[in-house]
Amino acid sequence: MEDNLIELKNVEKYFGQNHVLKDVNLLVPTGQKIVIIGPSGSGKSTMIRCMNLLEHPTSGSVTVDGVEITAKKAPVAKVRQSIAMVFQQFNLYPHKTVLENLTLAPTVVQGVSKTEAVDSGMAYLERVGLKDKADAYPAQLSGGQQQRVAIARALNMHPKTLLFDEPTSALDPEMIQEVLDVIIGLAQEGITMVVVTHEMGFARQAADRVVFVDEGQILEDGTPEHFFENPTNDRTKLFLSKILH
Amino acid sequence: MSGGFTQWFSNIQYMFSLQQWQYFFKNGFTGLLHGLLLTVEVSLLGLFFALILGIVFGVLATSQWKVARAVARVYVEFFQNTPLMLQAIFLTFGLPLIWPALVKVPLFMILVIALSMYHGAYISEAVRAGIQSIHRGQLEASLSQGMTYVQAMRYVVIPQALRVVLPPLTNQAVNLVKNTSVGVAIGAMELMYMTKQISDMTTGPAFLVAALLYFILCFPLATLARRLEDRAEVNN
Ligand SMILES: Nc1ncnc2c1ncn2[C@@H]1O[C@H](COP(=O)(O)OP(=O)(O)OP(=O)(O)O)[C@@H](O)[C@H]1O
Ligand SMILES: [Mg+2]
Repeated sequence: MEDNLIELKNVEKYFGQNHVLKDVNLLVPTGQKIVIIGPSGSGKSTMIRCMNLLEHPTSGSVTVDGVEITAKKAPVAKVRQSIAMVFQQFNLYPHKTVLENLTLAPTVVQGVSKTEAVDSGMAYLERVGLKDKADAYPAQLSGGQQQRVAIARALNMHPKTLLFDEPTSALDPEMIQEVLDVIIGLAQEGITMVVVTHEMGFARQAADRVVFVDEGQILEDGTPEHFFENPTNDRTKLFLSKILH
Repeated sequence: MSGGFTQWFSNIQYMFSLQQWQYFFKNGFTGLLHGLLLTVEVSLLGLFFALILGIVFGVLATSQWKVARAVARVYVEFFQNTPLMLQAIFLTFGLPLIWPALVKVPLFMILVIALSMYHGAYISEAVRAGIQSIHRGQLEASLSQGMTYVQAMRYVVIPQALRVVLPPLTNQAVNLVKNTSVGVAIGAMELMYMTKQISDMTTGPAFLVAALLYFILCFPLATLARRLEDRAEVNN
């Protein structure tokens, strides 16, 4: 087992002239729950999407579970099997049932047998409270239910790491808590997690570590207590004063 | 040349004479049926290969690989913007002079190739539009689960794109069936060619029956296309 599941080293990202990530360095130790916080447009999504190479850094390196995925000819698809992602917009497969959403990648990508994928899939659906929706299609579910299915889909890959990019930002307010509850439940287990979120309560409750990003730079990196009680950077203080009042 | 086509109709004035129809059913009808059979075969084969070409080039046209996109673009633009008739005639009479091995390819196969290339280009455009209508998050979700680009296309993107692509695809099938009639110019013995052969003796019945046979092939397909279009609109 690697000590650090994810390592971003001197990562720079440009979209054309737009300098979105500026010399980002981040180590994610195995088992840690990291919450990434920052203003809109600060580069949080770009940063987390570099971790599974949905965005390719302009320079610098990304290493996941000991494999440098930014290297030429790196086995990216293979590495992605162990680092699952949950998206803001759920991105469930609309032409597949809930259960098929969970079994597709394990069977096709990992070569898991259909029965095995169904068994573990049903167990995860039960865990997120949606066992009775196994045969429904995503369009028949509420946003909160869809996001819980997306989490179960991620889990059914048996990943070492879970990446969440604002998992509750597209939800109606009354559905946010049901999704957060599931994520908080997961946070109590050994799995490594990186969560981009605006939910400060969640950060306080579930995070081992809070990373604050502004204008593509990591300005704060420490425990939730440190971040919320004694932020060192002026821009962090400004951000907190806006968001906590 | 003007004689060429008017000659076909040299006895059109007897179109409604009983004798003509008797003569037609005795001496011409089986010929037409043979033509029909070949038209059906050419259509099925042509559609099969056009689908393969259309899917391959449609997917290439949406890939991140610049060279692939350029190749797909050139293919589509070339075949969409030159007449099928020209392509078929060149393939039959021109290319074998440069590439003699082609002489051995049967004419109906040449027709299949010409139709596949031509309609493959149109299907490719439909497939490209269909794929691009699928939200990018679908590809990203698939890739994030460790699928390769090809797996993501096969299991996630294309099955969804198919719903969008099906109506234009069915229209292409109708056009392909009708376009088998360029066989008349290259000597492939499909329905139109046989109609011409028979029409020397019995123009009216030959043309009327041929038109009816084409209609019977195409009308159900066209109806299907309209239904699919209506359904696609309801879904949106
Ligand atoms: N695919 C892209 N092409 C061009 N520019 C992009 C792309 N993705 C992001 N950007 C730009 O990069 C910057 C950072 O975007 P990013 O989505 O990473 O921010 P964020 O912190 O996740 O914001 P939010 O809280 O709104 O989700 C923004 O200026 C955005 O416009
Ligand atoms: Mg974002």
